[in-house]
Amino acid sequence: MQFSDMLLKLWDKGLLQLGIWETVYMTQISTAIAYVIGLPLGVILHITDDSGIYPVRWLNRVLGFIVNFFRSIPFIILMVAMLPVSKLIVGTSLGNKAVIVMLVIAAAPYVARLVESSLKEVNAGVIEAAQAMGSNNFQIITKVLIPEAKPSLLTGATIAMVTILGYSAMAATIGGTGLGQIAIIYGHQRSNPDIKWICVLLMVVIVQIIQICGDKIVQKSDKRARQ
Amino acid sequence: MIEIRHLGKTYHTRERDIVALEDINLTINDGEIFGIIGLSGAGKSTLVRCINFLEVPTSGDVVIDGKVLGQLSRKELLKLRQSIGMIFQNFNLLEQRTVLRNVCYPMEIAGEKRDKAVARARELLKLVGLEDRERSYPSQLSGGQKQRVAIARALATNPRTILCDEATSALDPNTTRSILDLLRRINAELGVTIIVITHEMKVIDQICDRVAVIDQSHIAEEGRVSEVFTNPQSQIAKDLIIPKDLTVLETTGGRRLRLTFDGTKTDAPIISQMVLSCQAPVNILFANTRELDGVMHGHMIIELPSDPQQADKILVWLKNSEIKWREER
Repeated sequence: MQFSDMLLKLWDKGLLQLGIWETVYMTQISTAIAYVIGLPLGVILHITDDSGIYPVRWLNRVLGFIVNFFRSIPFIILMVAMLPVSKLIVGTSLGNKAVIVMLVIAAAPYVARLVESSLKEVNAGVIEAAQAMGSNNFQIITKVLIPEAKPSLLTGATIAMVTILGYSAMAATIGGTGLGQIAIIYGHQRSNPDIKWICVLLMVVIVQIIQICGDKIVQKSDKRARQ
Repeated sequence: MIEIRHLGKTYHTRERDIVALEDINLTINDGEIFGIIGLSGAGKSTLVRCINFLEVPTSGDVVIDGKVLGQLSRKELLKLRQSIGMIFQNFNLLEQRTVLRNVCYPMEIAGEKRDKAVARARELLKLVGLEDRERSYPSQLSGGQKQRVAIARALATNPRTILCDEATSALDPNTTRSILDLLRRINAELGVTIIVITHEMKVIDQICDRVAVIDQSHIAEEGRVSEVFTNPQSQIAKDLIIPKDLTVLETTGGRRLRLTFDGTKTDAPIISQMVLSCQAPVNILFANTRELDGVMHGHMIIELPSDPQQADKILVWLKNSEIKWREER
């Protein structure tokens, strides 16, 4: 069977559309939840640093250790190790719900570091000016740090989303669906390399779309280079 | 009135303690333009940050209108800072906000209503001459324009005092002059007290009423600008007024005299008269004079001719004149 025939056949069956949808949906939900946890965590890591606006050394060290700990575990191991946690949170250790829990656990510490490094780029002089004008720390975070770091934060979000998309392909291991599952079950386990490559191709297209959209949004949000 | 009492600041590092300021005593009156001059590393930036407690002094206190800053709660301190504007060498504008929203920022912090804040911001942009740039972003402005926005922002909450930390050091001479003129106008029209930190004598000379010279963590000298300028007492003040690289100038090795003009002689062409009546040439090595209220202030260093007879003629002429002078080595 030709490669293109295979593509059409899978498309007619609706298998690929479903796979794309599931992959995109899992990636987006996981990225969103990862930011709900990772953004405040990144802010806390930044402000409690010795050079931050609210230095708390012990808290910074403890959070830093936890973040590093989770980032050291390979995703495939983390997924298996966190099965009980998933059961606790969403009541199951199988399927897409469990996958989202795993993706969030893996991505949130990564997001926290991305956020922290974006906030570090904000000019210290601007923060000093905000302090001199009588801003409290909450105002500095919400009105100075985050808005000034916005383009960099969005660049980070694009990177995070692509990384999470890559992780989601491993989800088939615990019964997750999406393009990863199609590639592994229909392609790899049933020895059909064409299906495997169709899935890879679609992943490439999705990554490109995310990256191009991300770059456009960043460009539009950055007021520094506009002439 | 701002009083700085026995203020000291020591930074503790693992290796050693670094004394940035020691026993600083200054009183800055309402409505004056007060200059603090010193070389880099003298402690002047630390001092200005102690005035609004961006840096907390390790000893002594700052008293602003009767409020002892060290005794204020965090909340009270933030409130007090809203009444002290500050402008910086690098402008420190919010890059992702328009000019208008930059000027609105301090009013947002103070809880001002949005439409009121916008109206006031427009008023201030007009005052600094940037009413047509309110939609621009800082990256689209020149250095001088950015500093004007920063000044408008500093004025937004009707402060009684503005602190200027090397506010013109990143600007070219023409822009520097226009920014200094703007500061002087704000001082005259709004009665805002202005504290200027700089390493440039010309900034002090152009706008300040009084000056403190800071050197190696201490105040070396303090007084009215005209006094310090015409009769510097400390070595550091002399160095700042008369550049050290003077000796690099090629000279014939003759004796040098420093002439001081402190208002005694006005419009008479003194040097010409001296040269003509003595029939002896002099070499002008350095001159820094200016007119203050119609009279001449400043210094001039001249080199006497190597011929001792001609040199004596000039010395005699000078002794009979009203000019103050002394021999330089």
